[in-house]
Amino acid sequence: MSELPLLKVHELSKFYGGRIGCRNVSFDLWPGEVLAIVGESGSGKTTLLNCLSTRLTADVGSVEYHMRDGQYRNLATMPEAERRFLMRTDWGFVHQNPADGLRMTVSAGANVGERLMAVGERHYGRIRETAGDWLGRVEIGLDRMDDQPRAFSGGMRQRLQIARNLVTSPRLVFMDEPTGGLDVSVQARLLDLIRGLVQDLGLAVIVVTHDLAVARLLSHRMMVMKDGHVIEHGLTDRVLDDPREPYTQLLVSSILQV
Amino acid sequence: MATPLVVSEVAKSFTMHLRGGTLLPVIQDVNFSVKAGECAVLGGPSGAGKSSILKMLFGNYSVDSGQILVNHEGRVIDLATADPRTVIQVRRNTIGYVSQFLRVVPRVSALDIVAEPLTARGTSIEAARARAEELLSALNLPRELWLLPPATFSGGEQQRVNIARGFITDHPILLLDEPTASLDAKNREVVIGMIEEKKKAGVALLGIFHDEDVRERVADRIIDVSGFSARKAA
Repeated sequence: MSELPLLKVHELSKFYGGRIGCRNVSFDLWPGEVLAIVGESGSGKTTLLNCLSTRLTADVGSVEYHMRDGQYRNLATMPEAERRFLMRTDWGFVHQNPADGLRMTVSAGANVGERLMAVGERHYGRIRETAGDWLGRVEIGLDRMDDQPRAFSGGMRQRLQIARNLVTSPRLVFMDEPTGGLDVSVQARLLDLIRGLVQDLGLAVIVVTHDLAVARLLSHRMMVMKDGHVIEHGLTDRVLDDPREPYTQLLVSSILQV
Repeated sequence: MATPLVVSEVAKSFTMHLRGGTLLPVIQDVNFSVKAGECAVLGGPSGAGKSSILKMLFGNYSVDSGQILVNHEGRVIDLATADPRTVIQVRRNTIGYVSQFLRVVPRVSALDIVAEPLTARGTSIEAARARAEELLSALNLPRELWLLPPATFSGGEQQRVNIARGFITDHPILLLDEPTASLDAKNREVVIGMIEEKKKAGVALLGIFHDEDVRERVADRIIDVSGFSARKAA
């Protein structure tokens, strides 16, 4: 319990002209913790994710990251080169559409190996070996290593994107609807895979999803967003089983039972 | 040694916003404690708030007011106000819970579902699976089911997976929500034996048992929940 938060978010706001993207969001994220951000389309969850991951610049507030050297650094004032290095090495970003996170015209092995080269690995044999090892962990056969992701199914592409992100042993991974658009059996396999990797590697994850079942399965803690505001925040199973806000009650009661 | 679990002046109500903000009082002024090595049983009619009390003690339901004091690794924690990280720590090491229904995870085998509370605390997967196998065979779950995900199991089979998962650790507090409801007589006996063992090991148990026979065999004391009812008698 003596460890420090990995990410400290303080009163973060983003406006699009007069419209609110997200407003006054504050929280701490701890190492090994999975935080789900849920809400319907347009609630501001992706805006928040993009502000946290510096893909967007927030208008107000700060995001501080606990660097490997033990210092906290304000991401907004960090030099661009350093921020890019952080994103390529210590962070991961899993996009809903794998094509946004992969290079579709280079081989699967190179997609994974490329991130390794960003952390200074130069030995071809070792890069290929580590890439092969990671493809195995995400259940992609070694015989597909030299194929381009263009030739992969949606589920396989998503698993490749995860391998590409995790190969550098990041400490923090952002995920934007990682199972969106996949059919349910593929989704179950991917969720199980993500769940296992997060546990084994002790990753901190911020996952945006509109699917409350995904949030329940993956996350420890949950934030519910509406109109750019965080309206409810707490232990995932408590928010889902004992929702307090009218909107959260509506969301939970709208889940279809099978 | 401090009393493992003390519940003091706890109250709980639900506000049903989808029903025009109807306030549904559940319980108020809940006061009791459970000692180490004792099995206390929550009694009272259906709807009196027994399950709600267990869920609050596990941190699954929030508490409107009052305190839930738990002896967690030598410190006293108030679960009514604890932050999510603390609740997760308390669940990992101090409070175990056997719910009525198993929440299955796609693709995870029965064996690994049972072993998980041990691996989460750092036990090796081999040692955790070995212990899980002992429990599943004690509970007479057919061996050919062990490596299957329990989604397609019968109610009784799922419940036995759930019991094995709840009993696998040495948590000092164990909450039991009708653990024997869908078991046959033979497996009910097994569970009664497992509860006796936990008592001998100094675990504080708090349960709900509708089966009178089981209740009389395991209960050291009945806590009548109707005394805490927040609803006026009709």
